[in-house]
Amino acid sequence: MRHPITRRSVLAAAAALVAGRAVAQAKKYGPGASDTEIKLGQTMPYSGPASAYGTIGKLHTAYFKRVNDSGGINGRKINLISLDDGYSPPKAVEQVRKLVEQDEVLALFQTLGTPSNSAIHKYINAKKVPHLFLATGATKWADPKNFPWTLGFNLSYQAEGQIYAKYLLKNKPAAKIAILYQNDDYGKDVLKGVKDGLGTAGAKLIVAEASYEVTDATVDSQILTLQGSGADTFINITTPKFGAQAVRKAWDTGWKPLHIINNVSASVGSVLVPAGLDKSVGLLTLQYYKDPNDPQWKDDPSMLEWRAFMGRYYRDGDPKDAANLYAYLTVQTMVHVLKACGNDLTRENLMKQATNIRNLKLPLLLPGMSLNTTPDDYFLVKQGQLARFTGVQWQGFGDVLSTGG
Amino acid sequence: MNTPSRRVAGLALLLMLACVLPFVVSNYRVFQCTLVLVYAIALLGLNMLTGYNGQISLGHGAFYAIGAYVAAILMDRFGVPYWLTLPVAGAVCAVAGFLFGLPALRFEGLYLSLATFALGVALPQILKYKGIEHWTGGAQGIVIVKPEPPAGVPLTQDQWLYFVALATAVLMFALGWNLLRGRIGRAMVAIRDQPIAAQAMGVDTSMIKAMTFGVSAMYTGVAGALGAIAIQFVAPDSFTIFLSISLVVGIVVGGLASISGALYGAIFIQFIPNVADEISKAAPWAIYGVFLIGFMYVMPTGVAGFIRIAVARWRRRRS
Repeated sequence: MRHPITRRSVLAAAAALVAGRAVAQAKKYGPGASDTEIKLGQTMPYSGPASAYGTIGKLHTAYFKRVNDSGGINGRKINLISLDDGYSPPKAVEQVRKLVEQDEVLALFQTLGTPSNSAIHKYINAKKVPHLFLATGATKWADPKNFPWTLGFNLSYQAEGQIYAKYLLKNKPAAKIAILYQNDDYGKDVLKGVKDGLGTAGAKLIVAEASYEVTDATVDSQILTLQGSGADTFINITTPKFGAQAVRKAWDTGWKPLHIINNVSASVGSVLVPAGLDKSVGLLTLQYYKDPNDPQWKDDPSMLEWRAFMGRYYRDGDPKDAANLYAYLTVQTMVHVLKACGNDLTRENLMKQATNIRNLKLPLLLPGMSLNTTPDDYFLVKQGQLARFTGVQWQGFGDVLSTGG
Repeated sequence: MNTPSRRVAGLALLLMLACVLPFVVSNYRVFQCTLVLVYAIALLGLNMLTGYNGQISLGHGAFYAIGAYVAAILMDRFGVPYWLTLPVAGAVCAVAGFLFGLPALRFEGLYLSLATFALGVALPQILKYKGIEHWTGGAQGIVIVKPEPPAGVPLTQDQWLYFVALATAVLMFALGWNLLRGRIGRAMVAIRDQPIAAQAMGVDTSMIKAMTFGVSAMYTGVAGALGAIAIQFVAPDSFTIFLSISLVVGIVVGGLASISGALYGAIFIQFIPNVADEISKAAPWAIYGVFLIGFMYVMPTGVAGFIRIAVARWRRRRS
C-alpha cells in the first residue's frame, strides 16, 4: 500500500459524511437542488416584438448575483438559467424542454407572456415542475384543480374588474354604468371581473356595453353610443391606443362620467399625454405597486433601496422603467419562497411553500398591501389601490381594496 | 464502387444513423431533431420554388401556419387522428398555394416577393379574426394532445413522433427528388434560367409556375402540420413574419437548388439561434448576424455547394 494515509483519511472523510447525513436528515433535494446550488429556469423575450420586457430577466439575474455575493439562500447559490424565446410559443416550448429535461431545473420562474405560457402549460404540469410567478395577467393561471403546478404573479384582469365593481357598489350604488371593452381574451377577462364583482343584484347597473376590435381605426362611434345611453359612469377596458382615443372623445363630446380606465392604459406617457393631460383630470385607475416616476415615493426607503440596487448591480437598467420595479418585486417573492423551503428543496415542498404565502408585505407594494396564497387560492395579488389623475400624476387615495372582502 | 451505388450506400448509412439517433440521445434532443426534420421538409418546399424555379417567396410562413392550423383544428374540433391531418394539411395548402400562385405569378422577381411578404404579415392577424375564432381559438390559440405511440410499440412519445417525422421526410424527399430530376424539374429550371427560350420550347410557363407554387406550399403545409403536432400548440404569435424570413435564410445557407441543402439549412435555423443566445443575452441577433455573414463569406454557394466543391476537389487530387 503506497498511500496508507490518504486512504485512511478518505475513509474517515466518508465516515464523517455518513454521520453528517444522519445528523442533517431533514435535507431533501429534488432535481436542480443540492447542498451548494439551486437551479431555476426561465424564458424571456430578449429578442422579438416584446423585447422591451427582457429587462425583467436581466434584473432577476442581477438580483440573484447580489444574493449569491452575500452567501446565497441558506448557504446555496442561486443559478438562474434565463433563455431567449423571442416571444415565440414554439421557441418557448423548446427552451422550456431544455430547462426541464437537460438542465433539470428545480422550477420555472417568471416565464413571460400569455402565448408562451399557454404553450407550456400542459407540458409543465404533466412533468410536475413548479411553474411560478408567471409574468402575465390572464386569469387562467390560477386553476389549482386542473393545473396545480402553475401559479401566476400579476393582479389578474378579472381581479382588477372585480375591484372596480366593488368600489362602485360601495361609493356609487346608483351608478349607471357604461362599459367599453376590447373584444379578445384580455378585454373579456376584465369584463367578467366587473360582472362577477357587481353580482346579480348589481348587474342592472350596467346600462350599456360596447366592444371594439384591435383592428378598428377608432372607437368614436362606440363612445357616442355609450354616451347616448345616459350612463354617468364609464369603465374603459382598452389598450393604450384606444384608451387615448376614448379619453379624448369622452371629453370632447361633453360627456362627464366618472371615468375608470384600466391599468393596461394607465400610462401617463403613452395614453394620457396623447389624449391631453387636461382632458384626463379625474380619471381613476388601480395600482398595486409603487410607481418609480411618482414624486410622492421619491424619498421612500424602499424606493431608495431599489435605486441603490439598480446603481450597483444593474447599471444598464432604466430606473424610470416600471418593469424593473416589477421584476424586483417578483424576484423578492421567489427568494421569500426559497427561504421558506429551508432544507427541503423538493418540487413538492417548493409548491407547498408557494401556495402558503401568508401576509407577505414587500416594501415596494403600496402601503397596506400584502401577498397571500392558499392551496385553493392561487391568486397571489388580490389587492390594489385606486388612484386619481391630478393632471400631472396618479395620486393614490382611499383604502387598499381587495377582491375578497 | 461507381458513383450512383456509392450514393445509395451513403444514403442508407445516413438513414441508419437517423434511426439509431433517438436511442442514444435524450428526449429533448430527439424533440429538437424532430423539428430539424420538420424544417427540412418546409425548406425543400421553398427550395423548389426559389432555388429551382427562381421565384422568391417571403411569405412561406403563411403556408406553414395554414398547415399547422389545419392539423390543430382537425385534431381539436373534429377528433381526427394526427397522421390523417398531414395529407389533409398538404392538400389544403396545395390548393391555397396554387390559387395564390395564379394571380401572384403575374408579378416577377421582387414584386412577387412583396406579394408573398404581404401574405406572410397578414396571416397572423387574419388568424385572430372574430368570425373564425371558434375554430382558431383567436389569440389564445389551440392546445393539442401529443400523440401516443401505438399500443405495443416500446417508444416514448418523442421517439415515436421522431419516427413519424422521419418517415414523412423520407417520403417527401423521395417524391421531391423524383419530381425535380424529371421532365417537370427540367422545365422548372428552364423557366428560371431562360423563360423566353422555355416558352419557345413549348413549356407552359404560367402553368408550371403556378403548379410549383402549389407543390411548394404543400410541402410547407405538411411541415407546418408536423410542427404543430410536435409543439402541441398553435397560436398566431407562433407564425410571425420572422418564420418566413428564417425559411429563406435556411435555403440560402443550406444551398439553393439543392435537395440535401434543405437538411443543412434546417440544422442552421434550428440550432444557430440557440448558440447565439448562449453567447450573448444582450444581443443574440447580432451574434446570429455574424454567423450568417460568416457562412455566406466562407460558403457562398451554401453548405451543399461547399460540400460539393470539397468532394470534387478531393476526387481530383486522388485521380
